[in-house]
Amino acid sequence: MNKTFTKVFTIFWKDILTELRTREIIISVLVFALLVLVIFSFAFGTGVDVTEMAAPGILWVALTFGGVIGLNRTFALEKENSRLEGLMLCPVDRAVIYWGKLAGSFTFMLALAVVVTPIFLALFNLPVFLPRLVLVIVLALIGFAAVGTLFSALAVNTRARDIMLPILFLPVVVPVIVSAVKATAPVLTGAPWADMSTWLQILVAFDIIYLVAGTIVFEYVIEE
Amino acid sequence: MDKDMPSSSTWAVEARGIEKTYGETRALRGIDLTVNRGECIVIFGPNGAGKTTLLKILSMLIKPSAGSVRLDGIDISKKAAQIKRRISLVGNQTFLYDNLTVYENLKFYGRMYDVIDLEKRIRDVISWVQLESRLHDRAGTLSRGLQQRASFARAVLHDPSILFLDEPDVGLDPHASAMVSEILGNINSGSRTVVMTTHNLERGLELGDSVIILEKGRVVYRASRQELKGADFRQIYNRYTETGK
Repeated sequence: MNKTFTKVFTIFWKDILTELRTREIIISVLVFALLVLVIFSFAFGTGVDVTEMAAPGILWVALTFGGVIGLNRTFALEKENSRLEGLMLCPVDRAVIYWGKLAGSFTFMLALAVVVTPIFLALFNLPVFLPRLVLVIVLALIGFAAVGTLFSALAVNTRARDIMLPILFLPVVVPVIVSAVKATAPVLTGAPWADMSTWLQILVAFDIIYLVAGTIVFEYVIEE
Repeated sequence: MDKDMPSSSTWAVEARGIEKTYGETRALRGIDLTVNRGECIVIFGPNGAGKTTLLKILSMLIKPSAGSVRLDGIDISKKAAQIKRRISLVGNQTFLYDNLTVYENLKFYGRMYDVIDLEKRIRDVISWVQLESRLHDRAGTLSRGLQQRASFARAVLHDPSILFLDEPDVGLDPHASAMVSEILGNINSGSRTVVMTTHNLERGLELGDSVIILEKGRVVYRASRQELKGADFRQIYNRYTETGK
């Protein structure tokens, strides 16, 4: 167990180190997400109606589409120089590779959220300290990363992987996006926990389903 | 006897009836291959003959459509992790991460293989490929030849008993190629078994204890170095391959 965790961490740390050196993913993703926020804030302005009706959707459009750009690079890095073959040669279960890559994807998306969310809250005149929003974001990003890592591995072998990933990924991740939007709205309006608890439960359920399915299916996805 | 445990067989590599199909295309058509422990076998063949596919199957990167493979007497379909610790592959792609240093790359792979006393082992293999002065340079900044030497260091880091080499000298200039040849020359010294594919007939003959010619997914010729003594191998190669006809 300890050795498995060490190997998951080794793959994760390798991805983090590579990204810190290149900043290939984080800069492009951040620019895109911030542009989305700025455009929507100008289009909708601020006010109670916007906070209730549009703001949760705006945040999740920025995080989802920004995240897709990042997910596209998750396995592109392994495809170059046949590094995925190097990983597959290692005496580790395929699930270890999946969890290592998943941890990296989750961290990149979390880093995106850490930068984007305060800017979003400021642009829409919302309080910056919203602990419940952190919970929603973490739960939603786990689901995103679980599905995204799987489909990133699938799409990397296709010719038009940049187009293929959103086509495959977005329909499957719709329950997470809807639940995240619905759970975010009560947080932004200051509604009680009861208004968001159902959506949080749905998020947890989908996270578990996606993590289990991803762990099982990944082996077949990266074969040939 | 437990059939998954290493047998007393002398074969380091034992492949029986290996077939591989991709849709309608039959890449391999019933390959039988045996390699003795410590032997270096060189596989020749034109492009598309199935050399890389065969090596990928032997190194467990892809599964055969039919047939069985035993490495060091162990069935690869049964004890994957155990077998993977005993094998390694060097291709014309290095598997190195350009933005990590050579040291970081070796450390990464060493951890994945649970290499004991990793720091010492890195020093040993890096000295073996004579890359000490570039150990802390990013892999992407090295020339193709130096990257390939680093790739050899990666491949032997966990001291595999079987090494698969898939055209390791492709794309190298003559100087880099000569350096890689030097490494290849002593890579199977001792008990390491080597299965290598190449288009370079001269180098292959120089290194191999025996040679195989693969054509259209079949083994069409096999001979030991002794059997080839005095023979014009190029003529033999041309006779057995489509490109030579």
